[in-house]
Amino acid sequence: MSLLDVRDITIRFGGVTALTNVSFSVEPGEIFAIVGPNGAGKSTLFNLISRFCEPDSGDVRLDGASLLGRRPADIAPLGIARTFQNIDLFETSTVLQNLLIGRHTRRRASFVSQAVFSPAARREEIAHREAVERVIDFLDLHASREQRIAGLPYGTRKVVEVGRALAMEPQIVLLDEPASGLSAEESRDMQFWISDIRAELGITILMVEHDMGLVSAVSDRVLVLAEGRVIALGSPAEVQSHPEVLHAFLGLDQSPAA
Amino acid sequence: MRVPFKTSYNHDIRLFADGYQASRYAALVALAVGLPFVLDDFLIGEVTGVLIWAVAGMGLMLLTGHAGQVSLGHAAFLAVGCYAHAILMDRFGLPFLASFALAGVITGIVGVLIAIPVFRLHGIYLAIATLALSMLVEDIIVLAEPWTGGVIGLTAPTITIAGMDMDRFTSPDRFYWLCLAIVLLITLGYRNILRAPLGRAFLAIRDSEVSAQAMGVRLAWTKAAAFGLSCLITGWAGALLGHFFYTFNHEVFTVVVSIQLLLMIVIGGIGSLHGAFYGALVVGVIPQAINIGRDWITEVIGSGGIAIPGLETGVFGLILVLFILFEPQGVHGRITKWRIYFELFPFYRRDLFRRQRSYLKTERVR
Repeated sequence: MSLLDVRDITIRFGGVTALTNVSFSVEPGEIFAIVGPNGAGKSTLFNLISRFCEPDSGDVRLDGASLLGRRPADIAPLGIARTFQNIDLFETSTVLQNLLIGRHTRRRASFVSQAVFSPAARREEIAHREAVERVIDFLDLHASREQRIAGLPYGTRKVVEVGRALAMEPQIVLLDEPASGLSAEESRDMQFWISDIRAELGITILMVEHDMGLVSAVSDRVLVLAEGRVIALGSPAEVQSHPEVLHAFLGLDQSPAA
Repeated sequence: MRVPFKTSYNHDIRLFADGYQASRYAALVALAVGLPFVLDDFLIGEVTGVLIWAVAGMGLMLLTGHAGQVSLGHAAFLAVGCYAHAILMDRFGLPFLASFALAGVITGIVGVLIAIPVFRLHGIYLAIATLALSMLVEDIIVLAEPWTGGVIGLTAPTITIAGMDMDRFTSPDRFYWLCLAIVLLITLGYRNILRAPLGRAFLAIRDSEVSAQAMGVRLAWTKAAAFGLSCLITGWAGALLGHFFYTFNHEVFTVVVSIQLLLMIVIGGIGSLHGAFYGALVVGVIPQAINIGRDWITEVIGSGGIAIPGLETGVFGLILVLFILFEPQGVHGRITKWRIYFELFPFYRRDLFRRQRSYLKTERVR
């Protein structure tokens, strides 16, 4: 059974139809990329899965259970983590604190036990700290561990955001343009991390990305959206030679008749 | 500069970074405990006042500084705590400690109940809603005369713990130690919350509600917890204030007090536990400084004296404006910068804190 199943989703914002009958499913252990020109509805799709917007019709299922009717905060406990296109970190906190908030869904200590900081609360805190330290190791964030987000360079923030999602130990992570605004070198690093996230941590990845080089290098399947419609779905190579994709991205008209 | 060398995760979690820091705070507590042997009764009374205001400051700091929800109505919760405590002791004959604890809990529950309808309000709208609450409570106190004594008010019952008299006027030293113990316990609890998941959830909703939700932080629940905890602490401050003022009526808990509380945490340094204490010190010391200054001017100019109406409010306003312009992080921020200047001397750069001169979302009006 597929892990994440998006069925016939249609979303309208006033007169604009952001998504029209979009369907796809993400298999466990897959790296699934969504590409498309600006305004194609990619971020709307992510916001739908994180329950920040409501569909007019259709359904989203995780492991067969519908996500609709759940509140945004109930999505993370199901094992869906995400990053944001325009980095949305907790600016005044340190990298460490940001990653620790990623552990929020795994907290156990009761309120009273937190207020008196009982041995149980301390043990739990140490366990969280260890989990976060594994993420820091994984993403090479040691140097900026104690730094505030507000003073960090853009590239590092991008990595911290991925780290915060990983700290949750999710089943699936939604990466919204993980490589946008990164230098060529940082972008390469991100590419390796994305493949490592699946290979070493066994986490399924659903990502939106513009950088076709990155997409072809890591993803198993690519979904192409344009103006809210699915125009192609397949392996990176298949998709890149698809006539409608060439039309949407490059304006080339390679219909068989021509 | 001291860089603590960390060898275990416990090292990161514990209250003090190193033995040096721990000993400094221990010295401060020892000094505070020893104060009554040095100061006279009047000054001890003043210091007790600062301690109580620090508790109230911590109450608002939790809500506004850490959870990012502005409240202009915290005098209302001071009033709830104060009256609940006095009524519980007088009418129900509860002993001090039980009544004190219960008064805080009652205020906390009231806070949560108030919070539920105002959850969806942000920034200035939340400020106005809480301001309205503050005004409402003033009137309720007058209307609920059979319980609150109306405009005449109530007199604080005497405190006896284990047969020992702890009243403000008959034994100011013991009352001071009582307040000090309460302050220390609340500070410890506050600090514990800050290093636990709940404290991080507060910071999360302050900085980004969207992101916090994506991390699984439930907004409504966390805001309710922030209101509840904040009001719990504020209620305790109110209960102590009742004893401190001895007699109180509706005029003690006006909107001006709410604004003064907010001013206190902004001057002290919003978003830091230290800020509540620095703010209380500033608010406690300035009126005295103004009085002394006024006496001195009277002496210099000659007889007759001067009584400028609104002088105190004016001075507070000026200080607030200067802080917002030149040191948005308040006294705490300034002291931290001085400390780092000396620690790094001569390598301190002027721009070291430039990036951090950013405003918390609390301070922005959304």
